[in-house]
Amino acid sequence: MDRLTKRFGERTAFSDVSFQVAYGEAFGFLGPNGAGKTTTVRTLGTLIAPTSGTAIIAGIPLSADNDVEIRRRIAVMPESPGLYLRLTVAENLEYFAGLYGLKHPGTRIGDALEAVNLSDRAGDLCGGLSKGLRQRVGLARTLLTDPAVMFLDEPTSGLDPVAARDVHHLITGLRTRGVTIFLTTHRLEEAQKLCDRVAILNTTLRTVGRPDELHDQLFKTELIVKTLAPLVDPDRLFARIPAVEGWRCEAPGTYQLTVSDLAVAAPEVTRGLVGDGADVLFIGEAQHSLEDVYLELVDEDVEARRR
Amino acid sequence: MNALDGARVWVVVRKELRDFKRKRSIVVTMAVLPAVFLIQPTLTVFLAPASTTSDQLFQVPLLFLLLIPVIMPSTLAAYSVVGEREQATLEPLLTTPIRKQEFILGKATAVMIPTLALSYTVFVLFLAVVRLFAKPAISTGVFHQGPMLLALVLFTPLLAGWAILVGLAVSVRASEVRVAQQLATLASFPPLGVVVLLVTGVIHPTFTIAVTFAIGLLALDLPALRVVSRMFDRERLVTGVAG
Repeated sequence: MDRLTKRFGERTAFSDVSFQVAYGEAFGFLGPNGAGKTTTVRTLGTLIAPTSGTAIIAGIPLSADNDVEIRRRIAVMPESPGLYLRLTVAENLEYFAGLYGLKHPGTRIGDALEAVNLSDRAGDLCGGLSKGLRQRVGLARTLLTDPAVMFLDEPTSGLDPVAARDVHHLITGLRTRGVTIFLTTHRLEEAQKLCDRVAILNTTLRTVGRPDELHDQLFKTELIVKTLAPLVDPDRLFARIPAVEGWRCEAPGTYQLTVSDLAVAAPEVTRGLVGDGADVLFIGEAQHSLEDVYLELVDEDVEARRR
Repeated sequence: MNALDGARVWVVVRKELRDFKRKRSIVVTMAVLPAVFLIQPTLTVFLAPASTTSDQLFQVPLLFLLLIPVIMPSTLAAYSVVGEREQATLEPLLTTPIRKQEFILGKATAVMIPTLALSYTVFVLFLAVVRLFAKPAISTGVFHQGPMLLALVLFTPLLAGWAILVGLAVSVRASEVRVAQQLATLASFPPLGVVVLLVTGVIHPTFTIAVTFAIGLLALDLPALRVVSRMFDRERLVTGVAG
C-alpha cells in the first residue's frame, strides 16, 4: 500500500497509509474502534474504492478494472461470517465454490471442512450452529479457493476462549501452508502470538514492525529493582552509576531505572545495592507487552486531540 | 465489458430457490396468494348470468390473474438484496468474483421462475375449471376471448419482469426489508394501468393491442434492467455511503 487514503465526504476513514506485507507473512492490523481497520480491509478486498493512493494485492494493482481478478486470488472473512442460516454447512460452501467457479467442488468442500474439523457437521443447518462453529464455517469458506492472501477481520470476536483457541490453531495451520494472512484484531495477545509483524492504525498509520521491535522503538531500556526494605538514599546510590540515566520509585522497595546499557547497568546496580547493604529480592529488565505499545500510541493520539 | 458467466448466474438461482423453499413465509405466500387469486375469478365466472357478454366475463378475472405476477415477485425481489444486507451475507458474497450483472440476473431469474410457474398454473387451473364446470355458454365465452387470453400469456412475464426490477431497484437502496417490500409493491402497480384500461373497456382488446402493449412493457423492462445494474453500488451496499 502506498499512501492509501479513504474518505467518506468530510470524514476520513484512514489516511496516507503505506506498508508492505511479504508473501507468506502473518500481518496483524491493530487499532481502536473507528480507526479505519475494517475500511482498510474492505478497500484491499475491492469492496470499496480508495480516495487516493495505490495498492498491489496478490501481485495485482488495485483498480476497478482488476477487481474481479483480485477477488479470485484473495479470500475475505468479515467480522460476521455471513452464512445463509437456512442452508446447510455444505450448501453454504457449495454456493461459494460455485461463485468461484471451482472445479471438483466436492473435494474442495471436503478438504475445507476437514481443515476446520467440521466434516461431521456438513449436513447441519447453519442456523443451528453455535457462534464458534459458524466462525469455523466462515474460515472453511475462505479455504475453498487456496487464496494467496487471506483477510481475516476480527476472526475471534465474541468467541469464548476455547473457540478462540481453535481459530488460532487454524490460523497457525494456514501460516504453515504459506498463505499471506492479514489479521485485523482487537486482541493484542492474539496479534503477538500469531503475527510476524503488526501495524497500529488510528486513522493514520502509527507504527509497523515486529512486536519486539516496537517495544524497543517506543520504550527505553528499563531495569526493575525490588528490595526487601526501601533504600535509605536511592538518589545517592543510583546517581553514582553512570549507566543509570534516571529512576523512579514505583512502590516502597520497588524502583524502575532507565538505563543506557543493560549489560553494564545491571551488574553495577547489583554491586551498588549489595555494597549499601540492601536485601535484593529481584533485579531484571522491564518487559513491555504489545499492549503497552498499543496503549502508548493510542494514548498519544488521545492527548494530541485534547491539545 | 466482460461477458456474463451463465454458470455463476445459475449458481445464484439455485441457491435462491433452495433458500425460498426453506423460508416458511415465502412458501405460505406462494401457496395462499395464488389460491386467493384463483377463487375470486372462478366465482366471478360461476356466478355470472348466462346473458353476460364475453367481454364482461373476463374483466375481473383478468385483473385478478395479473395481480399474481405483480404482487408476488415484488415482495421477493425487494427482499433479495436488503435481506442479504440484514443477514450480513452480502459482504462475503461481494468479495467473490461475481459481477453485479450476474448477481442481479441470478436474483431476478430466481424470482421469475416461481412467479411464472405459479401464475401460469393458476391460469391453466382457472381455464380448466371453467371448461369443466361452468355453464356451456359462459365457458364458450371465456374461450372465445382470444386477445384477452393472449394478453394474459404475454403480460404475465412482462409484468413480473417489471415488478422484479422495481423490487430489486428498491432493494439495492433500502435499509430495511419491510420498507423495501412495501415500496416495491406500490411501485410495481403502474403497468397494471394497461390492464385496468382493458378491463374497464377504455381500450377494446384486440390481438394488435395485446401485442403492442406487450412490446411496450418489454421496452420498459430492458432499460430497467440496465438502471438496476447501475444502481448496484458495492460501496453503498457495504458502507451505506455512495462510492
